[in-house]
Amino acid sequence: MFRRIFFDRTTKTWMITTMVIILLMPVIIGVGLYLKSLPLLEHQSLRTLLFTSDWQPSQGKFGFWPFVAGSIYVTLIAFVLSAPVCLLAGIYLTQFASSRLVKVMYPVIDILAGLPSVIYGVWGILVVVPFISKFLAPIFGTTSSGYTIMAGGIVLAVMCVPYMLNMITEVFKTVPMGLREASLSLGATFWESVKHVVIRKSYPGIISAFGLGIAKAFGETMAVMMVVGNRVQVHFNPFEAGYPLPALIANNYGEMLSIPLYDSALMFAALLLLVIILLINLIFRYFIFKTRER
Amino acid sequence: MNRWKIIEEKIFIALSAIATYSLIAVLGLIIVIVFVKGFNALSLDMVIKTPKGGYYYGGEGGVLNAIVGSIYIAFGATLIAIVLGMPAALFLNVHLVRHKKTQETIRYLLDVLWGIPSIVYGAFGFTLMLFFGLNASLLAGIITVALLVTPIMVRTFDEVLSTIPRGLHEASLALGSTKAETSYKVMLKQGFSGFITAALLAFGRGIGDAASVLFTAGYTDLIPVNLDEPAATLPLAIFFQLGSPIPEVRERAYAASTILTIIILIISLSARFLSNRYSKTNIK
Repeated sequence: MFRRIFFDRTTKTWMITTMVIILLMPVIIGVGLYLKSLPLLEHQSLRTLLFTSDWQPSQGKFGFWPFVAGSIYVTLIAFVLSAPVCLLAGIYLTQFASSRLVKVMYPVIDILAGLPSVIYGVWGILVVVPFISKFLAPIFGTTSSGYTIMAGGIVLAVMCVPYMLNMITEVFKTVPMGLREASLSLGATFWESVKHVVIRKSYPGIISAFGLGIAKAFGETMAVMMVVGNRVQVHFNPFEAGYPLPALIANNYGEMLSIPLYDSALMFAALLLLVIILLINLIFRYFIFKTRER
Repeated sequence: MNRWKIIEEKIFIALSAIATYSLIAVLGLIIVIVFVKGFNALSLDMVIKTPKGGYYYGGEGGVLNAIVGSIYIAFGATLIAIVLGMPAALFLNVHLVRHKKTQETIRYLLDVLWGIPSIVYGAFGFTLMLFFGLNASLLAGIITVALLVTPIMVRTFDEVLSTIPRGLHEASLALGSTKAETSYKVMLKQGFSGFITAALLAFGRGIGDAASVLFTAGYTDLIPVNLDEPAATLPLAIFFQLGSPIPEVRERAYAASTILTIIILIISLSARFLSNRYSKTNIK
C-alpha cells in the first residue's frame, strides 16, 4: 500500500514539474534572449534600432528596418496569395466535395504540413525562382534574377496553405448541420447558406486561422532564406531581393562572435521575432479558445 | 433574381473547386518535382558513404554523416520530449480533469508555444550553449530540438487523451487505483495510439528542422560518436550543397532532399498505420 502511494506522489511531483517547465519555457526563452540583447539596447534606443535602416555592424550601426520591412513584405505577399485560396478550398472541402476526395485530402494535407521547410526551399529554387525570372518579371516589364521578395512570398504562401487549410476546415466542421439545414429549408441556395450562415458563424475562427498563418509565415526561416536573395535594402519593388528577419539570424551566426555587439544584435532580432509571434499567437489563439469554450 | 442566385452559386462552386484542385496540383507537384530531380543523382553511395576528400567539389562520397546525425538528434530529442511531455499530457488529463478552466488555459498556452518559430529556439539554444560553456555539439542540438518538439508532443498526445471517455477513468478510480496507476495503466494504454502518433510527429519535426540546429549542432563530415562532438544534419546538408556553384554538388542536394522527403513520408505513413493498429483494441 505504502509503495503505491509513494509511487503516486512521486509521479505527481514529476508531472507537475514537467508541466511547469513546459509552461515556463516561453518566459525563460524571452528572458534569456533579453539578457543577451541588453548590451545592444543600452547602446542604442529601441526606436533607432527598429526604424532606421543603417546596417553596418562593423561600425556599430544597427538599423533593423530593412529586415523588419522585408519580413512584413514577404508575409504580406504570402498572405494575399494564400488566404483566398485557402478559404475557397476550405469551403469546397467541407461543403461541396465528394466524401472520397475529402478522405484523400486530409492525409495529404497532414503530410504536406509535415514536410520540412528545406524541401519547400528546394522546390522554390527549382520552380519558383526560374518562373519569376523567365516568366513573371518579363510580364511586368522588368528583369530579375528570380531570387526576390516575390519568390519568398510565393514559397511561403505554398507552405502556409496546408497549415491554414487544416485550421479552416476544423472551424467549418464545428458549424452545426442544423443551422445549414434551416437556411436551406428557407429557400437559400447552397452558396447562400455558406455565405450567410457558415462563414458568418465561423467568422472568428477564419480570422484566427489567417492570423496564425501570418504568424507562421513571419517566423519561417529556411525556405524563405533560400529564395529571397538576402540583400540589405528597403524596396517596394517585389522583384528585388529582400532580407527578412529570420534569414538575418540564420545567415550570420558564423561571424557574430567576431564583431562587437553583433551577437547581441542577432539575439535582439530573435527576441523581436519571439515577441511579435507570441503576441499574434496569444491574440488569435484566444479567439479559437473562446469559440471552443462555447 | 432567382436566376442570379443560381448563377452566383454556380460561379462560386466552380471557383472553390478550381481553388481546391489547383492546390492539389501545386502540392502534388512539389513532391513530384523533388523526386524527379532527385532520382537522377540518387545512388547507393549517397546513402551508405560519408563525404570523402573533395566531396564538395564533386568528388566521391555520400551524405551518410548527415542522415545518421539527423536521426541521432531527432531520436535524442524525441526521447527527452517523451520524458517531459508524456507525464505533462497525462497530468493534464488525469489530475486536472475536474478543472476545466485550468485545463483549457494550459492547452491555450501550449498552442501558443507551438507557434514559436524554430529559429527562435535555435537562437535560444545558442545562448544556453554559451551559458553552459558547451560547444556546437550533438548534445546542444538534441536539447534545442527537444525544446522545439516537446510542446508538439504534449499537444498531440493530449488531443487523443482528451477523447477517452470519462467513465473509463472514473471506473479505474472507483476500483481503488491511485491516480498514477490510472494514468499509466489505463489512460496511457487506451491512448497509446496517440502516444505513438505524437512521438513520431515529434521525430519527424526533429529530423526536418534546420533552423534550430543551425547554431547548435555544428557541421562535420564524420559520424558523431560522442555527445560532445558536432553532428551534421540532413536539412543543413541540403542547404549547404545547394549553395555550391558546382552543378554535381547541387544535384546531390536534390538527391539528399529526396532522401529527406522519403524519410518524412515513411514516418508519417507509419504513424498512421501504427495509430490505426493500436487503436483497434481500445475500449470504446
